[in-house]
Amino acid sequence: MALTLQVNGRARTVEADAETPLLYALRNDLGLVGTRYGCGLGMCGTCTVIIDGKPVQSCDVPVSAAVGKNITTVEALAAGDDLHPLQRAFIAEQAAQCGYCASGILMAAKALLDVNRNPTDTDIRKALERNLCRCGTHGRILRAIKRAAEEMRKA
Amino acid sequence: MAQTKEPVARTLPGSLETNRRLERWLCINNDGTVTVTPGKVEIGQGILTALVQMVAEELDIDVMRIRLAPATTAFSPDEGITSGSRSIQESGLALRHVAAEVRSLLLEQAAQKLGVTLENLSVSDGVVSARSGGSVTYWELATADLLAREATLDAVAKLPAEHVVVGTSLRRVDILGKITGKAAYVQDMALPGMLHGRISRPPGPRARLKSIDLKEVEQMPGVVAVVRNGSFLGVVAQREEQAIRAERRLARIAQWDAGEPLPDNDPRRLLTLPAESEVISEKGDAATTGEQQFSAEYTKPYIAHASLAPSCAIAQQDGGKLHIWTHSQGIYPLRGDMAQALGIAETDIIITHAEGAGCYGHNAADDVTLDAALLACAVPGKPVRVQWMREDEFAWEPFGSAMVMRLNAALDDNGNIVNWGHELWSHAHSTRPGGRGGVNLTAAWHLEKPLPAAKPGNPPLPGGGSHRNAIPLYEFPNQKVTNHLIRESPIRASALRSLGGHANAFAIESFIDELAEAAAADPVEFRLRHLQDARAKAVIEKVAQMAKWQSGEKGDGERGRGIGFARYKNLAAYMAIIAEVKVEETVRVERIWCAVDVGQAINPDGVINQIEGGIIQSVSWTLKERVDFDRQGVTTRTWEDYPILTFVEAPEVEVALINRPQAPPVGAGEGTQGPVSAAIANAIYNALNVRLRDMPFTRERIVAALSA
Repeated sequence: MALTLQVNGRARTVEADAETPLLYALRNDLGLVGTRYGCGLGMCGTCTVIIDGKPVQSCDVPVSAAVGKNITTVEALAAGDDLHPLQRAFIAEQAAQCGYCASGILMAAKALLDVNRNPTDTDIRKALERNLCRCGTHGRILRAIKRAAEEMRKA
Repeated sequence: MAQTKEPVARTLPGSLETNRRLERWLCINNDGTVTVTPGKVEIGQGILTALVQMVAEELDIDVMRIRLAPATTAFSPDEGITSGSRSIQESGLALRHVAAEVRSLLLEQAAQKLGVTLENLSVSDGVVSARSGGSVTYWELATADLLAREATLDAVAKLPAEHVVVGTSLRRVDILGKITGKAAYVQDMALPGMLHGRISRPPGPRARLKSIDLKEVEQMPGVVAVVRNGSFLGVVAQREEQAIRAERRLARIAQWDAGEPLPDNDPRRLLTLPAESEVISEKGDAATTGEQQFSAEYTKPYIAHASLAPSCAIAQQDGGKLHIWTHSQGIYPLRGDMAQALGIAETDIIITHAEGAGCYGHNAADDVTLDAALLACAVPGKPVRVQWMREDEFAWEPFGSAMVMRLNAALDDNGNIVNWGHELWSHAHSTRPGGRGGVNLTAAWHLEKPLPAAKPGNPPLPGGGSHRNAIPLYEFPNQKVTNHLIRESPIRASALRSLGGHANAFAIESFIDELAEAAAADPVEFRLRHLQDARAKAVIEKVAQMAKWQSGEKGDGERGRGIGFARYKNLAAYMAIIAEVKVEETVRVERIWCAVDVGQAINPDGVINQIEGGIIQSVSWTLKERVDFDRQGVTTRTWEDYPILTFVEAPEVEVALINRPQAPPVGAGEGTQGPVSAAIANAIYNALNVRLRDMPFTRERIVAALSA
């Protein structure tokens, strides 16, 4: 069936069964491969997108349940070549090894910073409670999010 | 074969010795760029960035001019497997030499063109200038045949003191794409007309498919093909979720013969199995006794790579050729096994590397490649993308082997170790493709005419496999180290970050602390007094200084600190760790200090990033991780069954590099694994006066130890 989604500020139509996980619609129908598949069970956070301001694991949401909501993916984080403060901070801190967790973590962090520009270390860690990183880049990621928050406060 | 009496020093560096053609490594393009084609691959460790630096350094060009081509069996040098923290030594030193040689070839051309002698030339970002005036660029000088030759021994690389790019923390070349959501992984590749495949695995390693009616699955929406070959069962569909649905149906309707039940999941079971035993180090008299005798037994369970992305590959049969994209660590050894499994010529298989998620050893990347090929052969012409489901990755990836280490020692009346014994029991740590006498790919064992697996083995010493780091770096007058190898494992075992080095260093460094206490010595001082190696001592002294270690410091019943040390493989990086733990309901590792010596650090921040990652992963292994299985198969199949360290639990980590630009560069990725586990065990003892010798140090283990 044809379903219309609001993705990154645009209406996009996908041809998929209602119960198809949103993740596959984003990746395979809309070519938004920045949202990565990790477990398909909502346990690892690699597929995190923002739906109506909240971080959501897109493998766990049927595409039909996302209709009529605002979906933001990692592709919309930068405005063209103008990187989001979080992305600049990830580069400055070199907060990646394999980088596979990065998209989901960036979106979870954006959802946090959108409502809290002055998060404590504990706030940040809690915001990433549902995101896993296997390479052990935790320290750099936490520092990068702090750095981005500072930059956003100054802006 | 010609006889050669040349000394070792006359061989070409790294992988260049076996891949001598210059044009296989590097191409100078007329558009002002240089293409580098290493055979080693990016597995999350940042190797490509370091290789870019090494090439830019020798060629005297800006790093931005360098393009990296993915490794492919179509033309890349065969560098075997990207593993063992050997890429800097093997690929880096080869490329350094190649770049130095290419630079001198280009300068010869420039000298001719400009009519001056070599001494009158200088290079800046690929522009060769004569002192007398006049210049010409690499891009003008490069001709198609200039590099069509073998490397010679004549090229001389720069001295470390001359380095301007090497030794700096160049930003990772791959980070931008990864944080902006670009297609960065093989999982993200989309080829025209691509179909999606899934595999329906048996319920356990010994199960065999009795019967299945494929018809109802063939009729499901989107299904293009259902493939059954013996116990290999897979499906190809138009859409990914259709393939998943079809696979689930296959799993529901397939009738399996469970096969022989699996044994108990207890590392100590290794002690009861027939083993091939070998004394790998013997000094003095192993029967020497001192004033006091000690012994202790340590274990580690099976642990998983647990990469964040399940393995994925794309295969396309096109004419007589099979094209493959995979995140395998070894495209050439994989090609050999694939050819055997499929019964086609190696030259008809073209394997190209595409990055996957973090790789910490032999995961399922190779296996999924054969899966994709088997499905692609059912739909000729169509590219088929196969990704394993998370549950299958956890159940079918090869694991780091369970191990048991029994240590004994004698102290003399001065509290010095006068005798040391170490026996270890383990399965083999290498069952990668490229083994002799078999095919090491899961699907090959499930075919109607199954191919046997190659005999599991260990890389030889000095690097070693299960016996990696079993020979202590400490100097003892008498010692005996024995490796008991039990080749076959009930669940598949292979290479995981540091192989046996993790468990052996954990045992040695725990035992050293136990002996230090018996000798009423400070653990730092006790280590230093048994070491001769100045670089080993330097990292221990450095980490003690970083952590402001107090001689004889004691925990307070809740907090404690402990130290661990190893030189990886006894021949590579030196790592010393101090861990601070807080034990309440569970063990929380709050801080880690690390001093490390990797010789010349090509990219200091890249080294630190790898070290930090190794530390955190080892904290996770030590506190939380254990693969479990029942009579039929692996039961830890999701992140809930197999939890890893979270952002809430991650420790603060501080790493200091002791940079030694004059010393050869060595890899950084694996050396922290054992020292971290030991430092945590020692810190727990320091805090609570209980000694944990069985990993992981879960809440249950702490409670049991406290009430013992």
